[in-house]
Amino acid sequence: MTATDDDRRADTGSPAVAELPEAVELPESISLETEEGRRLASQLADEKTKHARKLLEVRDLKTQFFTKDGVVHAVDGVDFELDYGETLGLVGESGCGKSVTALSLTRLVPDPPGKIVSGEIIFDGVNIMKLSNEEMRLLRGKRIGFIFQDPMTSLNPTLTIGFQIAESARLHLGLSNRAADDRAVELLSKVGIPRARDRMKDYPHQFSGGMRQRVMIAIALACDPMLLLADEPTTALDVTIQAQILELIRSLSDEFGTAVILITHDLGIAAGMCHRVNVMYAGQIVETGLVDDLFENPRMPYAWGLLDSLPRLDEERGSRLRTIEGMPPDLLRTGGECRFAPRCPYVRDVCRSAEPELTPRQEELHMARCFGTEPGGWIQ
Amino acid sequence: MAVQSTTVDAKVAERPPASLYRDAFERLRKNRLAIVGGFIVIFLVLLAIVGPFVTPYGYDQLATNQVREFRGPLNPGQGGHLFGTDQLGRDLMSRIMDGARISMTVALVVQVTVLLIGVPLGAAAGWFGGRIDNLLMRFTDIVYAFPDLLFIILLTVVFKDTWFGKAVDGLLLVFVAIGIVSWVGVARLVRGQLLSLKETEFVEAARAIGVPDRRIVTRHLLPNSIGPIIVAITLGIPGAILAESLLAFIGIGATPPRASWGTLILDGQIWMSSEPHLLLFPAIAIALALLSFTFLGDGLRDALDPKLKGKQ
Repeated sequence: MTATDDDRRADTGSPAVAELPEAVELPESISLETEEGRRLASQLADEKTKHARKLLEVRDLKTQFFTKDGVVHAVDGVDFELDYGETLGLVGESGCGKSVTALSLTRLVPDPPGKIVSGEIIFDGVNIMKLSNEEMRLLRGKRIGFIFQDPMTSLNPTLTIGFQIAESARLHLGLSNRAADDRAVELLSKVGIPRARDRMKDYPHQFSGGMRQRVMIAIALACDPMLLLADEPTTALDVTIQAQILELIRSLSDEFGTAVILITHDLGIAAGMCHRVNVMYAGQIVETGLVDDLFENPRMPYAWGLLDSLPRLDEERGSRLRTIEGMPPDLLRTGGECRFAPRCPYVRDVCRSAEPELTPRQEELHMARCFGTEPGGWIQ
Repeated sequence: MAVQSTTVDAKVAERPPASLYRDAFERLRKNRLAIVGGFIVIFLVLLAIVGPFVTPYGYDQLATNQVREFRGPLNPGQGGHLFGTDQLGRDLMSRIMDGARISMTVALVVQVTVLLIGVPLGAAAGWFGGRIDNLLMRFTDIVYAFPDLLFIILLTVVFKDTWFGKAVDGLLLVFVAIGIVSWVGVARLVRGQLLSLKETEFVEAARAIGVPDRRIVTRHLLPNSIGPIIVAITLGIPGAILAESLLAFIGIGATPPRASWGTLILDGQIWMSSEPHLLLFPAIAIALALLSFTFLGDGLRDALDPKLKGKQ
């Protein structure tokens, strides 16, 4: 285990705030005159930059789908960062670009019709937009794990569970069949499947939905990735299993020091799991902040709407559930106005004449895309 | 968590572990017609392999006493020949067994050719889609539209005097020729399968763990279409056997004295009125082979069709 692994793990406790380590000074004992000294110095410098940088930096990501009706701006200028070991929530209603963002991060957007038209994705210091397809393939599964929404259809019905878990270990870690099988058994018992070795030879149809999602998690974590993308991992499961699966993702990501991007439309899940949350609307991030700040003091009417539309236990019986009026905008035409303006109860003329930027709010790391809540705005 | 896992576990433990194909086999076993067909197929294969070794007569062995004093074909049972003999005194049963050899080899060689051409071509078309798909499928259409018989006759004429035309008594050429015109169905089947399978989520999941494309096709997609392929191959066998017999009937194929079932029928029809057994026995052999392969194929189709799961 290297020093950086330790630090990654240590970070998971309070990784919410990006803590830069104190500047690494060269100890006096290291002299740049000797070769050994230079080597140590460059090692220290590496450590330093590694702490300074993020696991993931996404800059102005734009993913578009070229359809017969025109260009769909599914992801339209998304910026965000992720620390080593951090859990980030990506929330928003259906069709707001959450899943396409995740697919873009692994360059798995179906092409055609989709295409990442611009932007940078810096993963662990490497711009993955510049990688060849083969280099990208080697990154998937090894450094970035992916959990899909529906465990019923994400496992191949004709291959054994064991084969499917061992496959990525065989592909990426160069393990022999036997070693890969051992690794698969270890993972399978780690995700809470009893009698793991016996069940290696079973087929997916012999597993329940919750168990299959456990298997998917085992597959995603097979190579101990640095980043886990979980695309609505519990949407297809019933509520009791949801909690177990989320707990499993949390405990394993803590154990492995894996950073997680959790995509969900369930704000409760985001609140319970994440350090930080990005709210997406119409292909953009409209609000971002630490989970407590965002839930206590949302600074964007859309985020309000989302929070208000949750059913609450302390409400009077028979009272109507509040909804956000209207439909998400057509992503074929964008720009020129605030995308939420047509549905916003606080809308003013300025919202229709220009598109707001993501600007800082009071709390650290809290940003929102709304004229009304900017300093001096009309919404309090 | 633990409670949930153990209850699920207990439920699964009640029935023996079963793969998809073991389930399919269970369903097949309940289909009486398919099982009878399967046994006849096994019988025919055994007949083709060991039959010629156990008969006392060779397929080209003339009854010496008959050459001296020719009296025409012997009737069944006469002179120790169970199925009788033909006009030259050759034992009909031995000739039918040798014909079974030809027919079973046709079944094998033709379908292997079909697999070798049809599966890769269909898989490439279905996986890549777009222009490659278009190109390969138009080529397939051309092969489909070209008259089979004409193509085979042309091929046999062109290669008649080469080693290829003479290999295995001239049969290899016929087998391969039939194979070359028969792969179209399997190619279209595999293409269709891959077109729908490549959109499934487990393919995306395989991509997401970095499985190379070639491996996705061979290890993840083809196993999913193996059921339909088995059915298509089994149901294609009667067609291949019939095609070979038909060619033999019009005089293309095995060089005498080797005779396929088609040749035997051709020879037998001359004696139809006086010695019907010469026509009857080869005809029964063909009918039996065609029916049993068809029944087996139908049974396999029902057994491997996931929609029929739990019925019957």
